[in-house]
Amino acid sequence: MSSKHTITVTVNGKSYERLVEARVTLADFLRNELDLTGTHLGCEHGVCGACTILLNGEAVRSCSLLAVQADGAELLTVEGLARGAELHPLQQAFQDQHALQCGFCTPGFLMTAYAFLKERPKPTETEVREAISGNLCRCTGYLPIVKAILQAAGKTTT
Amino acid sequence: MAKPYIGAPIKRREDIRFITGKGTYADDIKLPGMLHAAILRSPRAHARIRSIDTAQARAIPGVVWIFTLKDIGEMAVPVPMRMYKVPGLERYLQPLLARDKVRYMGEPVAVVVAESRYLAEDALDAIEVEYEDLPEVLELRAAMRNEVLVHEENGTNLAAVHEISIGDAARAFEKADYVRREEFRVHRHTGNPMETRGLVANFDVGKRELTAYGMTKLLHYNRQVIASFLKLPEHNLHFIENDIGGGFGIRGELYPEDFLIPFASMRLGRPVKWIEDRREHLMAANHSREVTCELEIAAKKDGTLLALRARIYGNMGAYVRTHGGLVPCSTAALLPGPYRIPNYQCKVHCVITNKTGMGTYRAPGRYESCFFRERMLDMMAADLEIDPVDLRRKNLIQPEEMPYEIGLTRPGTNPTVLDSGNYPSALNRALKEFDYDKLRPLQGRFENGRYHGIGLAYFVKNTGGLEPYEGARVVLRDGPSVTVYLSINVLGQGHETAMAQICADALGVPMDWISVFHGNTDLVPFGWGTFASRGTVMGGSALHLAAQGLKKKILTIAGDHLGAGPAELDLQEGKIYRKGTEAPALDLGKLVALVRHSTMHNQGQPELEETAYFNSNKMTHSYGVHLAHVAVDPETGMVEILKYMVVEDVGRCINPLLVHGQAVGAAVQGIGGTLLEELVYGENGQLLTTTFRDYVLPSSTDVPAIESVVLEEVPSPLNPLGVKGAGEGGMVGTGAALANAVSYALSSLGVEIKELPLSPDKVRALIRRRSAEQAR
Ligand code: FES
Ligand code: FES
Repeated sequence: MSSKHTITVTVNGKSYERLVEARVTLADFLRNELDLTGTHLGCEHGVCGACTILLNGEAVRSCSLLAVQADGAELLTVEGLARGAELHPLQQAFQDQHALQCGFCTPGFLMTAYAFLKERPKPTETEVREAISGNLCRCTGYLPIVKAILQAAGKTTT
Repeated sequence: MAKPYIGAPIKRREDIRFITGKGTYADDIKLPGMLHAAILRSPRAHARIRSIDTAQARAIPGVVWIFTLKDIGEMAVPVPMRMYKVPGLERYLQPLLARDKVRYMGEPVAVVVAESRYLAEDALDAIEVEYEDLPEVLELRAAMRNEVLVHEENGTNLAAVHEISIGDAARAFEKADYVRREEFRVHRHTGNPMETRGLVANFDVGKRELTAYGMTKLLHYNRQVIASFLKLPEHNLHFIENDIGGGFGIRGELYPEDFLIPFASMRLGRPVKWIEDRREHLMAANHSREVTCELEIAAKKDGTLLALRARIYGNMGAYVRTHGGLVPCSTAALLPGPYRIPNYQCKVHCVITNKTGMGTYRAPGRYESCFFRERMLDMMAADLEIDPVDLRRKNLIQPEEMPYEIGLTRPGTNPTVLDSGNYPSALNRALKEFDYDKLRPLQGRFENGRYHGIGLAYFVKNTGGLEPYEGARVVLRDGPSVTVYLSINVLGQGHETAMAQICADALGVPMDWISVFHGNTDLVPFGWGTFASRGTVMGGSALHLAAQGLKKKILTIAGDHLGAGPAELDLQEGKIYRKGTEAPALDLGKLVALVRHSTMHNQGQPELEETAYFNSNKMTHSYGVHLAHVAVDPETGMVEILKYMVVEDVGRCINPLLVHGQAVGAAVQGIGGTLLEELVYGENGQLLTTTFRDYVLPSSTDVPAIESVVLEEVPSPLNPLGVKGAGEGGMVGTGAALANAVSYALSSLGVEIKELPLSPDKVRALIRRRSAEQAR
């Protein structure tokens, strides 16, 4: 059907070499080839943000990229946030603030927030709201997510 | 006494797997040899199928099978109705795949099964279907004229009618000082959980067993239906729900796909996965809410309500789905709300059109009826020059009138009885918490280019015995530890935590001993599901009973062993005490060993367990008030919510963290549904809103500060926990409170909201129309 290419990516610090079809999205590659199913697909058309991951430190929507575009890149997914059993402050804050219900959107929010806090370690509430405005959550009503990100920002700066 | 777990804001234990990316949703399941299905859907709203040519598609390497209705052959059944089977509706059920004709855009026509989803989708493009277009009918009034018939064989688009008659409305209208008639409409929108539908079916050819993952909400019922379709004994089917990305009414009902995917797996003897994409979801999963209401109200001069008369029309779409006539009928049933209205007459019409079939969306019929009634009350208050709060106060059912019987409102069930409550008290509390009196002077005021309005809505909503029972099994095990098995399922609410709290208190063990299992038909043989906020009311009550039963057993055995009567002992925080003493008399671990290794105790049963079912055909009713302060820009039509509050009496709150989470989440959904979301059909019956770009969900920048006040003033007498359900209260009053607030804001312009949504274009159009009328 479509041509195949060998790509090399580093995901959560581990390097992988795989032969992939040109048309396979980065999200499908992570989920199906690498079994990293923490990255979710809510729309597959770039609106919901559930598929957000970090590519060379930048938040991207993995449903809207092809796996071949990530050749040579360094990726971080939700599976790479915790250090063993120790949760990342963002993850802990999400639990503390009840910032998730069904949890389907959560990986996307975590990765968006992770990239955002790297850029802007001490954000205001308005800035947080804007930073996550491209991610959809149908359960929580966002308010606890905003609180969680602010909590994590407090933690990372102290 | 140890501190009770119930009522404590305990953090959710299920969170850990979700925040680390370790949840297992349907699409995360991979089985060896698994195939992937994709569904060919009709691009037309109404057309005859002349031919389907799959030859080219079949030739694509990796395509395993393509089937249409013919291939299902004699087994083909329509998707049955589960509830609200108003006579007449049964003529409009949906076939598993289109037969001769398609009736809405998105109707399944054929199924492709291939080695990958990519290949399956390639094959969809290669199937050729020749359609002969027919004229379509989309709107209620047009459909009622029967010029275009969606199902010719039935001769009408009016699928069913349900009538309610309580008291003598005609007489009350004759005698009334005041009457008013209005037509209201709620627009079509729906749940849109972030995870689309999906399933994995795995047929074991040797054992003739089918395991299905991703089935949810009504595992037992769904299993029974699919078993009879596949002609397998029920116990050969194992339905497992795994993690679920939100339900909201839409997920877990039976759809054609729930038959097609197991069927494919059985035919092919291989696991088959189907994952819907968002476009499919928007056009094929249940739509909801689209109901029109012609409402008449009759009252005395002083505002005392005398009667309601209504004609309700539900746009059911092309086929009647599992909920039957629930949405319009439930709208009718809840129309009188929390008020004393002695005479009520209503006629419900279920109308078939060329749109997607209708099912429930969180607070079905509750949201709609609240908008109709509460809007009308504000209009009446203005006419009679009565304060809207006083008008409500005057007519609210009083605590001493509880339980209050409204009468027969639903098809073929018991009379509707409001079980308990102190409605005036919740209203007072709401006004105080919101600072209503302070904000009030802003009503209608024009400030900095915007009009301010403050609106409120009172709601009452039912849950509980919508289906008759739920079950729970509690087992004391080694460790010691406790396992809880529930018949209900979970769609993201946090039951693994809340149920552990209930069990810990009832049994008298530490909460961290308890593991909660759910969503698997093999765990508890009978059950219904989690919907309409009934999970804790029914499942929680069953668990409470089972845990209490087990405690009794434990104390009896301990008593035998210690030479004491069970009444002299107590179980607290996992230790058995002689009452009045401090030192534990017996360790539970020892008790487990005792029972396991000797036939002397527990009537020879090695397992210390108790199963209980909670039965109830009665409904609990939570109630409360929504309040909104908005500012409306007359130039743009933009409605900004400055303050929003939900006050709800839930009877008893198991975990405030979760209950507030439900209230805020539901309120945001309701606000989104009221201000932003709409499923729009265009020319030729094309659904125009098939992506999240066109169907706009609220995002973090659309959400105002929302306060949730949870009351526990009046526990329900209908279950041992006193709970009333907490999943939908945040949603019910959103349409009504916002419509009232916007109407107040724009009252000087003569704008009265009678239709939702309140999107900027609609609000602006209303303002323009009124100014044009007034200029004339
Ligand atoms: S799945 Fe990628 S943005 Fe929605
Ligand atoms: S927690 Fe369910 S979609 Fe966000």
